[in-house]
Amino acid sequence: MSTKSKGNITSPILIEACKDAFKKLNPKLMARNPVMFVVEIGFVMTLLLSIFPSLFGGESNRGYNLTVSFILVLTILFANFAEALAEGRGKAQADSLKKTKQDTKAKVIQKDGSIKVVDAADLRKGDIVLVEANDFIPSDGDIIEGVASVDESAITGESATVIKESGGDFSSVTGGTKVISDYIKVKVSSDPGESFLDRMISLVEGAKRQKTPNELALSTLLVGLTLIFLLVCTTLVPIASYINVNLPTATLVALLVCLIPTTIGGLLSAIGIAGMDRVTQFNVIAKSGKAVEAAGDINTIILDKTGTITLGNRMAFSLLPVKGVTQKELNTFAAYSSMHDETPEGRSVVEFVVKAGAVKEGLKKEGSEGVEFTAESRMSGTDLADGTKVRKGAVDAIKKYILQQGGKVPIDLENISDEVASLGGTPLAVAEGTRILGVIYLKDTVKPGMKERFNELRKMGIKTVMCTGDNPLTAATIAKEAGVDDYIAEAKPEDKIRVIKREQAEGKLVAMTGDGTNDAPALAQADVGLAMNTGTHAAKEAANMVDLDSDPTKIIEIVAIGKQLLMTRGALTTFSIANDVAKYFAIIPAMFMVAIPEMKALNIMDLDTPQSAILAALIFNAIIIPLLIPLAMKGVNYVPMNASKLLTKNLFIYGLGGVIVPFIGIKAIDLILVLMGIA
Amino acid sequence: MDFLQISVVLVLVLVLAIPMANYLTTVYSLETTKQDRIFGPIERIIYKLSGIQTSEMNWKKYAKALLFSNLIMFIISYLIIRFQGVLPGNPSNIANMDPILAFNTAASFLTNTNLQHYSGESGLSYLSQMTVIIFLMFTTPATGLALCIAFFRGVTGQKNIGNFYVDLVRSLTRVLLPLSILIGLILVSQGVPQTFSSTAAVTTVEGAAQNIARGPVAALESIKHLGTNGGGFFGVNSAHPFENPTGFTNILEILCMFLIPAALPLTFGRMAKNKKQGWILFCAMGSLFIVFLSVAYFSELNGNPALEKIGLSQENGSMEGKEVRFGIAQSALFTAVTTAVTTGTVNTMHDTLTPLGGLVPLAQMMLNCVFGGDGVGTVNILMYTIMAVFIAGLMVGRTPEFLGKKIEAREMKLIAIAILLHPLIILGPSAIALATEMGTSGISNSGFHGISQVVYEFTSSAANNGSGFEGLGDNTPFWNISTGLVMLFGRYFSMIAMIAVAGSLLTKKRVPETIGTLKTDNSTFLVILLATVLIIGALTFFPVLALGPVAEWLTIR
Repeated sequence: MSTKSKGNITSPILIEACKDAFKKLNPKLMARNPVMFVVEIGFVMTLLLSIFPSLFGGESNRGYNLTVSFILVLTILFANFAEALAEGRGKAQADSLKKTKQDTKAKVIQKDGSIKVVDAADLRKGDIVLVEANDFIPSDGDIIEGVASVDESAITGESATVIKESGGDFSSVTGGTKVISDYIKVKVSSDPGESFLDRMISLVEGAKRQKTPNELALSTLLVGLTLIFLLVCTTLVPIASYINVNLPTATLVALLVCLIPTTIGGLLSAIGIAGMDRVTQFNVIAKSGKAVEAAGDINTIILDKTGTITLGNRMAFSLLPVKGVTQKELNTFAAYSSMHDETPEGRSVVEFVVKAGAVKEGLKKEGSEGVEFTAESRMSGTDLADGTKVRKGAVDAIKKYILQQGGKVPIDLENISDEVASLGGTPLAVAEGTRILGVIYLKDTVKPGMKERFNELRKMGIKTVMCTGDNPLTAATIAKEAGVDDYIAEAKPEDKIRVIKREQAEGKLVAMTGDGTNDAPALAQADVGLAMNTGTHAAKEAANMVDLDSDPTKIIEIVAIGKQLLMTRGALTTFSIANDVAKYFAIIPAMFMVAIPEMKALNIMDLDTPQSAILAALIFNAIIIPLLIPLAMKGVNYVPMNASKLLTKNLFIYGLGGVIVPFIGIKAIDLILVLMGIA
Repeated sequence: MDFLQISVVLVLVLVLAIPMANYLTTVYSLETTKQDRIFGPIERIIYKLSGIQTSEMNWKKYAKALLFSNLIMFIISYLIIRFQGVLPGNPSNIANMDPILAFNTAASFLTNTNLQHYSGESGLSYLSQMTVIIFLMFTTPATGLALCIAFFRGVTGQKNIGNFYVDLVRSLTRVLLPLSILIGLILVSQGVPQTFSSTAAVTTVEGAAQNIARGPVAALESIKHLGTNGGGFFGVNSAHPFENPTGFTNILEILCMFLIPAALPLTFGRMAKNKKQGWILFCAMGSLFIVFLSVAYFSELNGNPALEKIGLSQENGSMEGKEVRFGIAQSALFTAVTTAVTTGTVNTMHDTLTPLGGLVPLAQMMLNCVFGGDGVGTVNILMYTIMAVFIAGLMVGRTPEFLGKKIEAREMKLIAIAILLHPLIILGPSAIALATEMGTSGISNSGFHGISQVVYEFTSSAANNGSGFEGLGDNTPFWNISTGLVMLFGRYFSMIAMIAVAGSLLTKKRVPETIGTLKTDNSTFLVILLATVLIIGALTFFPVLALGPVAEWLTIR
């Protein structure tokens, strides 16, 4: 399952969304969205008027009422469709994750030790299940006994199996994954409906979804605006009646619907769901919408050095001979020492020498024998066919070894190794026989592109803090090379939580990634905690997001998604409100032109007739919703830059655009209506 | 010449606002300042006599103190004007005011509105003028200032919100009393009467007998403008030669009413430790003001086409209802200023302004944030600022924050209420008035102008301005009760909502500013703020303005 295919909208989703759009007309569901609920009431009123034209007193034009009510119901359907589409896509993603979970049987170990087969759905927290080779793991849980290789491709898309065992950092398993070999006993850690997947599914289901804090605040504003315009429209009737202007109910409803923020009101829910969808597309499960929103506000990201900022593999960076040894000599013996070493470090030494010009074939491998690294000797190497012993290892270990062999330690060795350490590298000494030839400078390499990404973050005003167990010198070098803003050297797990608390005390929001049990308190303390799926259950439980791919750098993307979600909301709100200017100039003159012919002066768009003007505004108001669905689903284009530039750009597109577009749109629709002879 | 006059006045406002802003910042400082050495002893006596605890309050206590003290003032004021006929200090034998008019008058002066449904010279005794009118003219701007400063403290994250009574007392002892004594004396030098003698009976040059009303005018006149009050000693207000005798006093009165409202945004900048922020607010309000002033000036200068048609020369502009000694420029400026800062004093009759000229005061009061009255105006523009931050702030990809404080659902709810309230109490009652006989019977001009008259009356009440389209026959139970209620709602609901916002913001942790934070002190934000005010504040009233002044303008041009 590639991440790409998950984001696609397939035709079944479209068809389902169309059906749901009608189902959502149910007033009970509509009442959740006050803005669109007002439109629905307007629809019912105009529909009644087209059946009984004199229902609210006076005569009214049946055809006109019917047209208005038709456009209104379209407006609602478009909005419902947007929500249903976002929901459908999210559900499809969730379903594909969930599929494996269904129909799974679980072998529950009873108190007396006997095994009972039950449906996975009936498992309760604390149940202990046996999972054997080729069984699906029925629920999230912790291994309490056994070791097994587990295929997690169903959720991560990674085909390589992973080893899971009780105790330690690899004890947690996810429901829906499959045991390939051996057996394990798993203690179920969640009740039905509470697993990560279930929680994620609830984030993308419109009806059950909890609104995020900012969404709530925005809804409040939209309701406020709706009430204001409701007031404006209802008071207009008696005020106009004073000068004997009678306003048809359908026209008033049209004015109201045009003025209330239907564009953002109709798309708000879709934007929120689509934001969650985007997180899921990244193979990250968010446990709450709040966390995704908080991601946009992050001020500080705490990143582990190894595996996140650096590749985690130390590579040969240069070979430094001691006095009296040639570079070529050191190169050759360094290659010999690593000939049988299959660790990434070892291979990198051979590669380095080959690149430096020594021919690989020149290494006489035949007859030589590899010497494995042991914790006791702290070195590895090769016994060549001619009996020469070549070793490489920690500098002090090699020193000790040479002295034992009766050799001498070169005087400049210490200087060289200190220098390597001060540069952030790991020095390995190379010995041949009783001589020490020089030092291999192993360096932890920063992942390509990290520096640029940290630069981007800096542009957004986000500070990065690197956490590492290295000594301060090494840490400083890597920090400088990677371009992080700050680092904590010789960090212990409690240091992370200390830093988080310190930053939070300054009012900052902090994000971090982690996988071990000792990361759990910090993950819980952080505003956005991203746990690795390979991590322990405690870490996953404490975090508010879980990355199925276990890629710690994803935290940066999560921040971008959070920002994009907020920006999309802001952009469409601005657009929606800015639209009102043109709508006023379309409808107000149209309303009064018949009674007060001089009002024509306000008809700056030169719309054909009052009716065509009102219908054009109303149609524009309806079709702008489907036109903006792609934007709502995809999110506004987000390029990292500072707030001022971002604001100017978005203000220009969505603010100024929001004022101008409807003028053009309404005029165009008016022309079309005239051409078609409808109005 | 007109431009020179206007610009000199506006430049003077700017020049005076800066030191005033500095002064106000010190007045309300929560720290001990040099000013305490001068005013401290008097204030300590006041605190001691009235049993005031000067410890800090939370927002609820502050709001309670504000409402409670205002309620007491209301009751005392009502009783005095209700029974002024039998009380001393009534040399001209003015009768008791009837209960409903007394309610309206007490509400009007308590809310800093000063809508007058009575005529000053014949409706109030000297005792009422001094103990009710002048008293409230001091305490209501002091209340407004206190609220405004408490709001500033909350938004800018000072250590606490302050103490209402201390703020109220300091507003009086350090700002309003010293300034009004000074201005009062200057006004006396210009010929404004200040006397306890009763109405003078004189024989004119033509030999006719005439009663000329007089009284303690100068004392009222100075605080009337300084406190953005606006209620005149005489019915015709500052068009009366005893209230506004010379061109100099006209300018002085404009400066007085503009002084505090223009200084407050700058005070805000100083309290926020970001002077630029203050200037952005000032510029937002200033640019709206310049636009409105220009519309008023040019529409009056162009004259009234309807009068031109019947052969009245409009060469010098529309002079109907204006004082010849002030002319178009001083009248237009006074009109624009009095409705911008919601004073409500008039030197020209707003009812006779040309349609677009009349739209200006109406629109400024509808926005209620073009400088606005003492205290409340700056609070209103800040309310729009928070709203603008909320909408635009999202566009930088962060949840909205203003001066480091997150704007969340609670604040938005309170602001939505405050923003909704203003059109509600203008449009709601206007609709009732225009649809019913009790409302329409007071209208002196039917048609579009009638709509303007009614809407103006409620807008003036809601914005706590107090000026009127005086053609309206408004001393009826309907008008007295409805405008009385509108004035009270207009003042206290939004005050409580805003102080609640301040209280809520104060408790929030300050988010440090980074390069990713929305800047609210640059020209981009100025544009956003203006757009928010115009789209949300002004477009709400577009339909009713279209039916009133705009339709009138379109039909007579």
